[in-house]
Amino acid sequence: MTFALDIILSILLVVGGLFGLTGSYGLIRLKDRMQRLHAPTKASTVGLGTALLASMFHGLMIGTGFSWQEILVMVFIFVTAPITANYLSKVHLQSRHFDGQIPKTGVSRDWSTFDDAPEGPEPQLPQRDS
Amino acid sequence: MLRRLYPHPYLSLFLVLTWFLLVNQWKLGSLVMAAFLATVIPLITAPYWPHRPRLNSLPALLSYVLLVVWDVIVANVQVAKIVLFMPRDRIQSAWIRVPIELKSPEAIALLAGTITMTPGTVTADMSSCGRVLLIHSLHAPDPDAIRDDIKSRYESRLKRIFE
Repeated sequence: MTFALDIILSILLVVGGLFGLTGSYGLIRLKDRMQRLHAPTKASTVGLGTALLASMFHGLMIGTGFSWQEILVMVFIFVTAPITANYLSKVHLQSRHFDGQIPKTGVSRDWSTFDDAPEGPEPQLPQRDS
Repeated sequence: MLRRLYPHPYLSLFLVLTWFLLVNQWKLGSLVMAAFLATVIPLITAPYWPHRPRLNSLPALLSYVLLVVWDVIVANVQVAKIVLFMPRDRIQSAWIRVPIELKSPEAIALLAGTITMTPGTVTADMSSCGRVLLIHSLHAPDPDAIRDDIKSRYESRLKRIFE
């Protein structure tokens, strides 16, 4: 039983490490800034996910019980990683490096990074519906 | 009265669950602390989140999460292949505009997050009116197919869950 668990843990760790390595390798291999942004999102999902799975089962193996905190780590990473990626891409848009390539919105307003504040008074916060 | 005390019932439930996951054990004291946090945090943050989002079906939301996790794994392998083996000149990156029909801010945030977490696509921006998303794709020989895929696979499900 422990031997089988050992094998599973090793596989998980190796897979996680490989994906982390691929993500970092992508950072130096890909051409422009937006392409390089794709690499870290990869490392933080499957790479981190397998490492955390291994950590959970390890707790089971050494007798401290199944460790639930790792689920939280995964949830927080999944919730915060897109925000980081979004801010980084907004910085790239703001740098005007991609101006010729970005398509038009096709609606009346521009992309929010470039759009000016709407005219008129400050919009009011909607009232709480209680 | 209950509604005033718990403006976001799902947030409160989530906070209880989060607290128990943090302390990693079942004790009465933890339950008291969890109940305290689940009451106070939604009350303090309520001014920043005035509208209660509609949630039509919790099971549908859970199955959506499972679908996304599965897609993340599959797409990871595909992108790893592109990064490792595809010649640099043949990687065709593209900006894609995706018109969205979702109205609820929570659903749009979830859709944007999903697009970023599935490797190969990153949500870069949204139009000021909130009706179009700007997406950057690492390798998109056929940008229209990616747009249609996002709309049929994720947006239609979110529409059913939140609207």
